[in-house]
Amino acid sequence: MLQIEELKVVVGGKTILNNVNMEIPKGETHILFGPNGSGKTSLMMTIMGFSGYNVTRGKIIFKGEDITDMPINERALLGIGVSFQRPPTISGLKTREIVEICDVDRSTNVEELAKQLNFTDLLYRDVNHNFSGGEIKRSELLQLMAQQPDLVLLDEPESGVDLESIVLIGDAINSLLNRGVRCPQERPHKEIISGRTKSALVITHTGHILDYITADRGQVLYNGILCCSRNAREILKWIREYGYEECVRCSNEIMPLI
Amino acid sequence: MLKRDNAFDINLEDYKVDAKDHAYVEKLSQIESTDAKQLLDVGVDIDENARTGTFIQKDKSVIHCKTRQDGVEVMSISQAQEKHEWLSDYMWKNISPDTDKFTFQAREIPHEGYFIRALPGVKTKHPVQSCLYIAKEGFSQNVHNIAIAEEDSELHIITGCATAPHMVTGLHVGISEFYVKKGAKLVFTMIHDWGEKVNVRPRTVAQVEEGGVIISNYISLRPVGSLQMFPTTHLNGKGAVARFQSILVASRGSFLDVGSRIVLNAPGTRAEIISRGIASGGSIIARGDLVGKVAGIKAHLECKGLILNDGLMQAIPELTAHVPGVEMSHEAAVGKIDQHEIEYLMARGLDEDGAISTIVRGFLNVDIEGLPASLKKKLDRAVSETQKDMM
Repeated sequence: MLQIEELKVVVGGKTILNNVNMEIPKGETHILFGPNGSGKTSLMMTIMGFSGYNVTRGKIIFKGEDITDMPINERALLGIGVSFQRPPTISGLKTREIVEICDVDRSTNVEELAKQLNFTDLLYRDVNHNFSGGEIKRSELLQLMAQQPDLVLLDEPESGVDLESIVLIGDAINSLLNRGVRCPQERPHKEIISGRTKSALVITHTGHILDYITADRGQVLYNGILCCSRNAREILKWIREYGYEECVRCSNEIMPLI
Repeated sequence: MLKRDNAFDINLEDYKVDAKDHAYVEKLSQIESTDAKQLLDVGVDIDENARTGTFIQKDKSVIHCKTRQDGVEVMSISQAQEKHEWLSDYMWKNISPDTDKFTFQAREIPHEGYFIRALPGVKTKHPVQSCLYIAKEGFSQNVHNIAIAEEDSELHIITGCATAPHMVTGLHVGISEFYVKKGAKLVFTMIHDWGEKVNVRPRTVAQVEEGGVIISNYISLRPVGSLQMFPTTHLNGKGAVARFQSILVASRGSFLDVGSRIVLNAPGTRAEIISRGIASGGSIIARGDLVGKVAGIKAHLECKGLILNDGLMQAIPELTAHVPGVEMSHEAAVGKIDQHEIEYLMARGLDEDGAISTIVRGFLNVDIEGLPASLKKKLDRAVSETQKDMM
């Protein structure tokens, strides 16, 4: 689904990502760990194509197509969707209207979706205007559910969210990625998920979101270097016990090789 | 592009002060079709659906005027002077004819204007519509308007101003005096669509008594030569409220110097001024002046401006407090469209132009109280069209 090769990214003259190689196969959810300032959000913004993130080496391939120089909207229409951590307020634009913009093929029942996300009362508020942390997340997820991207990039989906909301948000992510677990069901679970094609990259520095969603793999970004790729829970266990110190050691080993 | 200090001076001698009389029409449907189209664009409903009354003046002639609700008076100012002897207590009470040459001319060479009044306790079911229209090339239309919302009444007025399609230059001078009595409410929406070289000088003062509410919406999206106005509202009685909103677009060649002053003279009064301006080749000076005279008042001013392509956008918010214990604030922002907002919308699938026009539409989309649904739709359409012209 997504392939990143030898990616180097410079922001304001400073190297933020160094030789990042990553692959997210179809249907898989990967967790991207890393302390604050390690370059996680920059990687996401680069994948989406935001200005200010200059790719000086390497390339990004999505669905077999080199998208490194593609405009943002074309990437979106090709099937990449982002949940931002701090999206801007757009005065006078109702949240309902942006959800309709996301819903390119007009197939979404906005009211129904909003109900699921406990968002009905906010549909006619200006996008992100005075939204709480949890409201921002729900608004972002509502937009993604209307967009139905094949690759979902989620930036810190659990940050600034109260405990009650996080369950709702976890459910929404699972349903977006077709990874929900619901029992009893008329059809066998394996049949329901057999058509699963959605991939995701979930950014987290605490890893709390792993209590609510399932993942196929974890990766660690430290100081602009992707220094680890293995089972997500295993990584989380390390980080919970020892912090990112072990990652420092690994990234120091990799550094001279770049 | 015109700067604040060199707003061109208007030479009154360049304008004709007389025009031929236009015949009165009994039915709005008899209005000439070219005129009718212009009227429609500024909110006049020819079918008078959902309108309580109508007043239409073309050049110096009142060509139609009627009321459709008991207790609501709609007539020309000269008729009103004949009918109500007391009207002299209301005319020129707030604005001195000596204020400037425009007010002076309005007294020396008056050309009618409207008188709209809701009797005590009467609430208009629908807005009264009024239109001041200039058809004669180079005409200086000098009108004097009075609106009175008597005690506990509720009066909605939609007034549109426009010019004939062929017209190039003209001058509109409008003296308006508004009275909102105890417990009354006046909602006043003004839509302007003047010609590209028409100069407009409204002079407006409103007096609001205890518990009274005045809501004023001003919309000018189409090109205008120059427009300069600074209406003043006095909140004189306890708990009176004023809310002023303006939506302005200045395209190339347009100069808009628009603001409002609200003086809070009584405890518990509240005032809000909201202004949105887009300079797209033209100039906007957006003023706002809140004056707190007693303790226990609350006032807020919000002024946002965008420059698309080029233009001048100057926000001048002023707060004056004469005593301690007032709560006054302002928020002003001038700039270009935030790149983050554009890219955010692009990440949802819009191309860059689509993202910019969506943001501009949102920017101009201020919720306007008391606007009939059909007019709201028309306004949305006008915003879309204006926004297309700007791109």
